[in-house]
Amino acid sequence: MIEKTLKGKPAYWIWLAFLGTFVAIGAACYVRQYIYGLALTGMSRDVSWGIYISQFTFLVGVAAGGLMLVLPYYIHDYKAFGKLTILGEFLAISAIAMCLMFIMADLGQPLRGLNMILHPTPNSMLFWDMVVLLGYLTLNVLCGWVILTAERKGVHPPKWIYIFVYISIPFAVSIHTVTAMLYCGLPGRHFWLSAIIAPRFLASAFAAGPALIVVACLIMKRVAHFDAGKEALAKLSTIIMYAAIINTFFVILEFFVGYYSNVPGHIHSLQYLFFGLEHHGHVYNNLVPFMWGSVFLNFAGLGLLAYMKFNEWTDGMLGAACVMIFFALWIDKGLGFVLGGFVPNMLDQVVEYYPTANEVGITLGIWAAGFFLVTVLYKIAVGVEHEIE
Amino acid sequence: MDNQRRKFLKIAGISALAGIGAPALAKLTSTSAFAAAQEGHTAAAGAAHGATEQSGIQLGMVIDMRKFIEKPEMLDRAIAACARVHNVPEFPPEKKKSEIKWIWKTPFENAFTDQSQARLSTAVEHAQFPVLCNHCAEPACVKVCPTKATFKQKDNGIVAMDYHRCIGCRFCMAGCPYGARSFNWEDPRPYVKTYNPDFPTRMRGVVEKCNFCGERLALGLKPACVEACEGSGAMVFGDINDEKSEVRQVLAKEFTIQRNASAGTKPSVFYIV
Repeated sequence: MIEKTLKGKPAYWIWLAFLGTFVAIGAACYVRQYIYGLALTGMSRDVSWGIYISQFTFLVGVAAGGLMLVLPYYIHDYKAFGKLTILGEFLAISAIAMCLMFIMADLGQPLRGLNMILHPTPNSMLFWDMVVLLGYLTLNVLCGWVILTAERKGVHPPKWIYIFVYISIPFAVSIHTVTAMLYCGLPGRHFWLSAIIAPRFLASAFAAGPALIVVACLIMKRVAHFDAGKEALAKLSTIIMYAAIINTFFVILEFFVGYYSNVPGHIHSLQYLFFGLEHHGHVYNNLVPFMWGSVFLNFAGLGLLAYMKFNEWTDGMLGAACVMIFFALWIDKGLGFVLGGFVPNMLDQVVEYYPTANEVGITLGIWAAGFFLVTVLYKIAVGVEHEIE
Repeated sequence: MDNQRRKFLKIAGISALAGIGAPALAKLTSTSAFAAAQEGHTAAAGAAHGATEQSGIQLGMVIDMRKFIEKPEMLDRAIAACARVHNVPEFPPEKKKSEIKWIWKTPFENAFTDQSQARLSTAVEHAQFPVLCNHCAEPACVKVCPTKATFKQKDNGIVAMDYHRCIGCRFCMAGCPYGARSFNWEDPRPYVKTYNPDFPTRMRGVVEKCNFCGERLALGLKPACVEACEGSGAMVFGDINDEKSEVRQVLAKEFTIQRNASAGTKPSVFYIV
C-alpha cells in the first residue's frame, strides 16, 4: 500500500515539499541544540519545561481524540463513521510520533533515553506514560494496517484484530490520563495539583482530535475527492461541541475554586495567565493575550457550532468552527497549561519564559514532520478508498 | 576528561571503603541508628494524621538564623566553600538563565512561601536565608525520576544524584517543592572558577543539586558549608533520627520551622528564625 504515497498531483508534492522545508529547518536547529545544549532554548531553572513539553502534552490529546471515531463505530456500530475510523487511527500514529520527537528534543541527554527501559521505575509516571504511549502507538499501527489491508482486498478484517481494537479504547483514555498524572501528582505546583486535570485533558482531547480530523476531511474533499459524508461530519461536530463545552465547564470550575476560596496558590497561575500577576510592582502578563485569544476562539467556535445545529450549514462554517476550537484548545493546553504551572516558581518568584528562534524552529520542524506523516498516511487511506470504489 | 573520570572513581572507591566502617557517621551520631529506631522516638514533624515514625539514619541540618543575621558574611563564606568544593559554575549575569545553585541566599518571603509574611520583624525581613536541598524523608524528586538517577541513600538518608544515568528530562525539577534543583543547560566547565580535582565536574544535559557533601562525610569531614561556619553554631549537622545527636539536642531546645512543610515531603532542614 505504501506505493500509493509515490503517486500524486502536483499539489500533493508541493505540500510535502513545503512541509519538508520546515522539517529540514527544524533538523538544522536541532543539530545546533544537540551540539550546544538546551541553553539555546528559553528554558531556565525556573521554567524548566517549555514549548516542547507543552506540545507533547497537547499532542497526546490529539492522539487520544481518535477514540471519538473508533468508539462509536466499533462499540455502538455507528456505520457513518466506517470510512473515518482509519483516519482517527492514522492521526493517532502521527500525533504520537510527534510526541516522541518532542520528548527527545527536550531531553538533556537524548542518547541516554533507553535508561527509561534499562532502569524501569514504576513509581515514576513518566515511565507509565512511555508504556501507554508505545502501547497505543503499536495498537494503532496494527489495527490501522490490518483493517485497511482487509478493506483493500474486499474481505472482512480477521476476527482477532477486534481484540486489539477493543484494547485500544481504554488505551486511548489511559494515554491522556497518565499524561495528566505527570502534572497533577506533583506537590507544590498548585496549578497542576487538581483532580480535574485528567478529565479536563480528556474533554479537550475529544474536541481537539476530532476537530483536526474534520478539517482534514474537508480539505481532502476538495483535493482528493474523499467524501466523509454529511451525516458523519454533523455527528463529529456534535461530539466536538459537547467535548469543548465540558472542557470549558472544567476550566470555569478551576476559576471558581481559585477565586472563591481565595487561596493564593490556587489563584496565582490563573492570575498570571489571564490577568497578569503583579509582583514587586511589576505586572507579568506575557501570556494574557494568548489566553484571551483562546477564550474568544473557544466561544466563537462553540457559537458557530451551536448555530449550525439550528440552521443550514456549509463546509466553510464547519471548517471555521473546527479551526477555532482547535486553536483555542492548543493555546489552552499546548501553551498555557504547562507554562502557567511554573509561575510563580517554588520560591514565589516570577520568571517569564520566551521561546527562542531555535526552539521555535525545532517545534515547527516536529509539527511539519507530523503533518508530513499524516499526509502520507491519509494518502494511503484515501487511495485504498478510491481503489475499492 | 579521562583524568576527571579517574579522579571520580578514586573518590567513589574511597567513599565505598569509608562507608563500610562508616567512621564519618559514627562521628556525627552518638548511638547507632538501630538503637534510635528501637527506642521508637518520633522524628521531626509527626503531627500529621497517620504520620509514621522515621527510622534509620536521616542526616539533616538546623540553620540558626540568629547567628547568620549577626554575621551575614559567614553565609557568603559557606556558599563560596560549597561552590569551591563541588565545582559549582558561576555564570555571568547575562547567562542567568543557565545558573546552577546548590546553596544560595534568599529573603524570608521566598524561602518560606507557606509561612505568614505579615508584619515580619525588621531583622527577619532584611535577612538573607540560606536555602538548599532539604534531603526529604519522602522526596518527590525521587518518586518522579524515571531512571532512578536520583535516589535516597539508605545508609544516611541523603538524596543523591547519578550524573551518569540522568537523561535530563527535568521531571525532578518540576517535582521538587523547594526549587532546589538545577539543570546544566550548557557545558558548565568553562564557568567553574577554581577547579577542585577531588570532585567530578558535570556535563551539560544533567540535573544537579546539593548532596550534603556525601563525598566529604565518607572521609570523615563535615559538609563544606557547615565547616565554613565552624564554631558559630549557625549550621548544626547530624542524624535527626538519633535523639542523642547534637542536631537533635538543638531541635529539642529550640523552636524551628521548615520550608514548605505542607508539601508533605518531610524535609530534613530546620530553621531557627
